[in-house]
This record gives sequence, structure tokens and C-alpha cells, in this order.
Amino acid sequence: MRRHLSPGRAAGSLSRQSLAVGATLLVLFPIYFMVSSAFKTQSEYLANKWGLPHTLQLANFNTALAGEKFFLRFANSAILTVGSVGVSLIIASLAAFAFARMNFRGKRLLFNLTLSLMIIPPVVMVVPLFVTMVRWGLVNTYQGTILIYSGLLLPFSIYLMTNFFQTIPREIIEAARIDGCSTLGVFWRIMLPLSAPAIITLIVVNALWVWNELLIALVFMQKDELKTLMVGISAMRSRNYVNIPATMAGLTIATIPIVIVYMVGQRYFIRGMVSGAVK
Amino acid sequence: MRTRKIEPLLFIAPAMVVMLLVFGYPIVRLVMLSFERQSQGQTVFAGISNFQIIFKDDVFVQAIQHNLSLLICVPIMVVAALLLAILLFERIRGWQFYRTTLFLPYLLPITVVGLVFSYIFQLSGVLNDILNSLGLGFLALDWLGSTKLALPTMMFVIIWKEMGFGVILFLARLMSVEEELFDAAKIDGANWLQLQWHITVPQLATVIEFFTVISIITMLSWVFNYVYVMTGGGPGHATIVTELYIYLMAFQYSHMNLAAAVSVLLLLVTGVFIFLELYLRDRSAIVESLG
Repeated sequence: MRRHLSPGRAAGSLSRQSLAVGATLLVLFPIYFMVSSAFKTQSEYLANKWGLPHTLQLANFNTALAGEKFFLRFANSAILTVGSVGVSLIIASLAAFAFARMNFRGKRLLFNLTLSLMIIPPVVMVVPLFVTMVRWGLVNTYQGTILIYSGLLLPFSIYLMTNFFQTIPREIIEAARIDGCSTLGVFWRIMLPLSAPAIITLIVVNALWVWNELLIALVFMQKDELKTLMVGISAMRSRNYVNIPATMAGLTIATIPIVIVYMVGQRYFIRGMVSGAVK
Repeated sequence: MRTRKIEPLLFIAPAMVVMLLVFGYPIVRLVMLSFERQSQGQTVFAGISNFQIIFKDDVFVQAIQHNLSLLICVPIMVVAALLLAILLFERIRGWQFYRTTLFLPYLLPITVVGLVFSYIFQLSGVLNDILNSLGLGFLALDWLGSTKLALPTMMFVIIWKEMGFGVILFLARLMSVEEELFDAAKIDGANWLQLQWHITVPQLATVIEFFTVISIITMLSWVFNYVYVMTGGGPGHATIVTELYIYLMAFQYSHMNLAAAVSVLLLLVTGVFIFLELYLRDRSAIVESLG
């Protein structure tokens, strides 16, 4: 419902608007700077760092794509993202079904333990994981890194799916049972289809996390042909220090997919990010 | 639902196996590593000597100090996010647009954000360009290149990136507060500030606590990307943090055991906050609903 402002509060409304506009400009400026610089020539950038570009130079995008093995890095990031989001989704849903709709000993303890893993910073796990993965021969492999990512995604995924499964009425499950559905059948034909919104949310949030992750990728995908997009980008600064527009073009390419997905599926992002805290 | 005893276990088994591989076993291994050292190619028990060594290392002490300094960001973020969330909740014109934009930084890769900002804050970067053209040349400083300014500049970037989460969180909670509460207070003649202090803040108490705890954990143990991308810990050690220290120890100097000792300490510190978080979560009755 819209609130009606009395004339006396018009001044308050103005200061509110300016605060909101100020915060928004602050948020948008770096993004504007990145995109606009990507279209400038080197000399134009040096002469005019924050104005609009005079002409739209696409050469920077070519330089960025060619120079940094962009497609290879892009593919590596995509493989890791699809792999670990998929694996963790399946495993987490199975466990969440048991947590939400079955009774067994130690359920609460296990669930709380799982939740507590949610906040363990990956950096703490990097050293022992590296030592272990070296022994298992899994460093510099997709499988090894997907295993780590899947594990790190599991606590939040289990939490989100458990919460959602609990909202599915028991009656529906009982009815399916009476019709002769097995437990796995209930899971596959009832729970999962009814959970589409939660599943989409989870995919979006987890994919974003893996796509943006740097530390694990840095340590476990060291070989040049295995490096991810974020690792490639983090190395740009030292290598491409002089050619800022080309760097900005590369950053723009890496960012645009995220912004587009966000604009399209905004509510899934917001729901997913908030679901850890608000209930 | 009645199920056979074994069935639930089959459903949770894959998740438990993966979590044992990625969390359980490595944590045990981590603790072992922290009490060992390498001696002529042999692994020997080292007692607490690894811990003694790191505490004598100035760089490590500095790293801890920097993490603690970053905590200044927490109250700033909480207050600013609260203010913006209230603004949006009052449905100022264009609030949906503001909500979309304010949340955007939280989704962008820190790697990208860090790089863009490092070009903005360069000595010959765009910020100083703007300051010069405004006749404020005396303010055009070496934002990331001077030991005094590098950490505060980093804080600005962290706040820029992480605050949107708080705004969205608070706004989502505000929208579920019953309208009557606000109306009743207004009828009682409460002014704007009283309204926020007596209604909004108490109603948001649990999410404010949650965001505070999450932000504290972030400052202590989730800032690696910012530092790695923007300064690499420099100039000198002006922006070294615990995470970067672990990374450098392990993968640049190959002191796995010392890196493990630091990791153990960091795990203990975050452990305290994890319990705090669980306690808060428990109180907001999410876990209760499990039955």
C-alpha cells in the first residue's frame, strides 16, 4: 500500500530520495566505469577516464578473448559449475528428503552438524584438502575439484531443501503411498516436481558461488589448461597492466552473464540469498 | 511416514560420505598436521612448536591485527544497510529499482570487483582524475599504494560489495512485519526516529544479529579474494590478512605445518561464531520445526 505524504514531509522525502540516489550512483559507478572503458581505445582511456566513449571500439573484446585463453577458461568454469551444482543438488535432495520426512536416530544431531558446516571458511580446509588430494592423485582434475565444491555446497543445499520439503503436505505423500508408490517413487515423482521453485533457487545461488570462487580454483586447478575464468582474471592485472581497456573488456565479458541471469531471475536470487536467515 | 529402519540411512548416506571426505577427514588431518613437522624427509611430532613459531612471526601478528581492523566495517554495514532498507520499505519512488541495483554488487565476482576498483583507486586512476578536475587535487592520494591508506580503501570495497546483502535481508524481514504495528505507533504519536527505534529495530533483532554474525565471520575469514586481487597483501605487509598468510605459507613457502597451525586457530575462532549463529538460529525456531 502506498503511504501518503503530508506536505510537511516533502522535505523528508527529498532527502530520502537523495540518499537513495547517492547510494545507487555509488553502486553503479564502478560498473559503468568497467563497461565504458571496455569500449575505449588506449589513448582515449588515458585522455578521458570517466566520460562516455566517443566511438564503440570492439577491438578490446577481441584482444581479451584471444589473449587470455578466454574460451578455455570459460569452459573450465562451466564444467566445474555444472558438475558440482548437479552433484550437490542430487545428493542434497536425497538427504533433505530423509531429514524432512523420515524419522531416524540422531537426525537432529546430524542436521545441526550439517548446518554448522555452513560457515566453515574454505580457507581453513584448503591445506588439509590439498595434502589429501595430492595423496589421492586428485589435484588438477575436474573430479577432485567438483568433489570439493560439491561438499562445500552441501550444507546450505541440504538446509534449503529440507526447509522446502517440510512445506509439502504429508497428505500428498500418504496418498501416493496408498497408490503403491515406493519411497524413491515419492521422492522422484512427488517431492522433486513440487520443489521446482526451491530447486531453481538452489541452482542459481550455487552456480553463482562456484562461478565466482577463486581460492579453491587457484589451489586445485593449477595447470594452465585447467585454470578457471576467475583465476585467469586475477592474473590479468599483472600481465595486462598497461592495456586497461582490454582488461575491462575481459571483466565485462565475465560479468555480463551474471547480470543477465540476475535481471531475469531476480526473485530466485533474492529468495535464495535470504532463505538462510529469514523464515 | 513410516519407513524401514535402514531406508533413511540410504538417503543420507551419499551426503554424509561426501561431507566426511570434504570436511570430516580433512579436519582431523588438519589438526594432525598442525602438531607435526618435517625433519629430514620424516614427519615427526612437533608438540606446540608450530604455534610458537607463528606467534613469533611479525607478519602473522600483523595479519591478525588487520582482520581485527576490518571489523570496523561491521557496524558501518549494519547501520547503513538498515537505513537503506527502511528507506526502501517506506516505498520511496523507484524503490524496486533501488532494491535491484543495491543488491547487484553482492552477486558480482570479487575478482572482477577488486580489479575494477584497483584501477579506480590507482594513483593515476579515475578517482584521482575526478578529484583533480573538481579542483580537489590535494585529495588525490595513492589509495592502494600507501601503507596508511591501503587497508581503509580495501574496507570501502568490502562494504561496497557486501552491504547489499544486509539491505535485502532487512527489507525481506520488514515486509513480513505486520503493518498494524507501525500504524499503532504512529497513532500514538511516535516520530520517525522513535518509530524505527521502538518498532523496526526490535522487530528486526534476529536478522540484525544474523547479519552481524555473518559479517564478523566474513571479516575474519572470507576476505582472501579482495586482498589477493587488489594488493596481494601489500604494500609491504600493509594489507596482509590471516587467509592470505595461510595461502602464502602453504603454497608459496611450502610450510604446510605452519599453515595448518594457523588454519586450526582460524577454525577455532570461527567455531565460536558458528555456535553463536546456531544458537541464534535455534532461537528463531527454524530448527525446531524439524520435529
